Amino acid sequence: MSDEYDNNKSYQAQSSEVMDGSTGSVNPDIDYVRPSEVGEQELYHPHSFIEKWVFCQDAKVIGVQYFLTAVFTGVVGLILSWLMRLQLGFPELAGFMTAEHYYQFVTMHGMIMVVYFLTALFLGGFGNYLIPLMVGARDMVFPYVNMLSFWMFFVAVAVLMASFFVPGGPTGAGWTLYPPQTILEGTPGAGMGILLMLISLSLFVIGFTMGGLNYMITILQARTRGMTLMRMPLTVWGIFTATVLAMLAFPALLVSAIMMTLDKVLQTSFFMPTILKAGEVLEYGGGSPILFQHLFWFFGHPEVYIVALPAFGIVSDLISVHARKNIFGYRMMVWAIVGIGALSFFVWAHHMYVSGMNPWFGFFFATTTLIIAVPTAMKVYNWILTLWRGNIRINVVMLWCLGFIVTFVNGGITGIFLGNVSVDVPLSDTYFVIAHFHMVMGIAPLMVIMGAVYHWFPLVAGKMLDEGLGKWHFWITFLGAYSIYFPMHYLGFIGVPRRYFEMYDSPYMTSAVGMNEFISIAAFIVGAAQFILIFNIIKTLKTGKKAEQNPWKANSLEWYTSTVPPEHGNFGDRLPVVHRWPYDFSVPGAKEDYIPQTTAPSEVIHTEVEKT
Amino acid sequence: MHAGIIFLLVIIGSILFHIFTPWYWTDIASNWKGMDDTITLTFWVGGGVFVAVCLFMIYCVFRYQHKEGRRAEYKPEDKKLEKILTWATTLGVAALLAPGLIIWNQYVNVPKNAIEVDVMAWQWGWQYRLPGKDGKLGTTQVRNIADNNPFGINPDDPFGKDDIMVESDVINLENNRPVKILLRSVDVLHNWYVPQFRAKMDAVPGTVTFYWFEPNKVGEYEVLCAEYCGVGHYAMRGGVEVQDKADYEAWLAEQETFEQLSARYEKLNVDGNKLAKK
Repeated sequence: MSDEYDNNKSYQAQSSEVMDGSTGSVNPDIDYVRPSEVGEQELYHPHSFIEKWVFCQDAKVIGVQYFLTAVFTGVVGLILSWLMRLQLGFPELAGFMTAEHYYQFVTMHGMIMVVYFLTALFLGGFGNYLIPLMVGARDMVFPYVNMLSFWMFFVAVAVLMASFFVPGGPTGAGWTLYPPQTILEGTPGAGMGILLMLISLSLFVIGFTMGGLNYMITILQARTRGMTLMRMPLTVWGIFTATVLAMLAFPALLVSAIMMTLDKVLQTSFFMPTILKAGEVLEYGGGSPILFQHLFWFFGHPEVYIVALPAFGIVSDLISVHARKNIFGYRMMVWAIVGIGALSFFVWAHHMYVSGMNPWFGFFFATTTLIIAVPTAMKVYNWILTLWRGNIRINVVMLWCLGFIVTFVNGGITGIFLGNVSVDVPLSDTYFVIAHFHMVMGIAPLMVIMGAVYHWFPLVAGKMLDEGLGKWHFWITFLGAYSIYFPMHYLGFIGVPRRYFEMYDSPYMTSAVGMNEFISIAAFIVGAAQFILIFNIIKTLKTGKKAEQNPWKANSLEWYTSTVPPEHGNFGDRLPVVHRWPYDFSVPGAKEDYIPQTTAPSEVIHTEVEKT
Repeated sequence: MHAGIIFLLVIIGSILFHIFTPWYWTDIASNWKGMDDTITLTFWVGGGVFVAVCLFMIYCVFRYQHKEGRRAEYKPEDKKLEKILTWATTLGVAALLAPGLIIWNQYVNVPKNAIEVDVMAWQWGWQYRLPGKDGKLGTTQVRNIADNNPFGINPDDPFGKDDIMVESDVINLENNRPVKILLRSVDVLHNWYVPQFRAKMDAVPGTVTFYWFEPNKVGEYEVLCAEYCGVGHYAMRGGVEVQDKADYEAWLAEQETFEQLSARYEKLNVDGNKLAKK
């Protein structure tokens, strides 16, 4: 127990009158909240600049560190995508680019965006910042391990970026790293490049495990009094479930990375069959390339939901706050998140319908995949039903949410094409797939990230981002991204294969040239528009309007800290006590159109609250 | 401009794009029209859901825009509505899944009268082999592969002797006769894909994979590699020529068997040795 937060006494006072002994019914005191069972954790306060901003143990600083590092990798990924689009749309301007370069850019773009950008941003960034604040904790339960987690991630990023500068360059094996080509000559970066990639991924998994333990245990063990699981904001539910998925899925990636490293370095044959290369039979034999694909997608499919579930959770909260209406069907939303998470471990081979695995798997995996569409659709219905009869603020945050709904539904529907085994046969490995997954796990989560940035920036920085610039940022990004990926599906219908450096000499594909130029121009504009946000942030930090506490009039705990931005320890002398779910908006009988989670029932005695 | 109007224009634009697009699938040239039909069905159902959800969202944006003093409805749950939506979605999904599985069942069950075509892939090219008069392909091994034995046929296997070796990256197929494509690779993953036939499957080193189709349109088609296989991936092309029975049989008669090919190499060797001795 630290001296600063000594409030044991108040707990004891309340716990003296727990139950009505004779009947066993609850004490008539309507404000009663169960006392906490454990004392408060002791925080290690920083003593120097380095402890405060570099090797910091405050989850909020770690969250910002994760966020900024992930955004840096995202910018690298963005530039790589520009180079790819230059080659595809205007090859005459991309004379400096060889096929080797192109495939290296494709690979690094994919891996960076999925793992180092989206995963790190949602879990490391938003997870660290929001979990303790939203569940009413002073920090993560293992702050020191949390700090190590970030620095492990930082080293992983450094190793990944170093691979751009080694002989042979980074790996160009495609982000799925399918053997045997990944570690054979004929694939760019098959020497140092792939080794650094495998090392970097292993470091990422180790670092992520440290962070993931923190997220899970903080949510399970360090919630404040009254914060039952079914009173948690959906953001926390999304991040929690995603973390559980990550803890179960990442080991498969680690294992496959280790085995592939052995295949590369010690010539073992986990994934390597007998191979004839340039007239010579190589020193391999008996391994299974398909085994790697199973391991990879056992990680890779849950990975999709590791990105999507936090986005689902966050967008639910944003929509509810800005529509001034409770999230519709909260319990359904929670079970949908958990259900999708569980199901995501039974669908991995839908990435492998035409991989040459036993074709009978197709029946099973098509069925499980389409089952997942049901809870996912329920979430979509509940988002739009939350808007229905709401009192919707059409501000920048809401615009990003609406953009999310459009792109997510679009990408979800095309998922039904690809999940439905025989429909996948003509479409797999074509641009249809690229359009699908960029829409559903690229653009849609990005819309949520942007909405979340505009929503929580006043909390993190204490200043309001400029709405005008925000609207420009949104509309260019949304319209641009939609015009990149919506028409791209049709290239897939033609049959244009993905991962082609150039191709348009085929007679039926000449019509794709014009579309490729259009898509490339849209990609340049959308990419450039992201710098509006960076400009907006710099401008706001310098001259922006100071944010009042709780500018959006939200209910969840992060807006009820002792200071804005919150300081180390978050809640001042006393931890908040929670009396209700975070979605009591527009409750009939209440004075304001929101009732914070900390408001006791006796303070709002005349309201008709249904769900607490 | 009101945000709702822009979103509405996006949805209308998407529908118009779909109606007027010049980019759509190539004319089908195989029996897999069922795949196209399932795509069309999914398009109608899925597209309908997409448009309905978006229009409802846009309606809400117009109708329930923020007004000071107005209150949103307070209704945390509606069990009946949620139940209806769950069941309707489940039904819709099942209706899409059923045709998908039925066609997959056809896809994995090869007709008995299908002619086998052995497709061998390497970085970066294709080669073909057909069974000879005995109707059976000889067994193979990667280690046997040599100039005089491009498929690595086991020399002791009697079924291998009459196998027909197509020394070209173009294979001829007989119109309206089912083909079972057997896929092999000597190095990395590849995928023998003709967009007009719709079907595809990876070639995996160390194992033999398969799929089947029945070409039904005479003509020449381009083969693309559809599984990333290294820097030459985009250039790994081949060809198919679908011919009527008579033309096909004439072409077949011109091809060399494994026995003839071996003999030719032996002769080359003997001649070569003679030259060397001189």
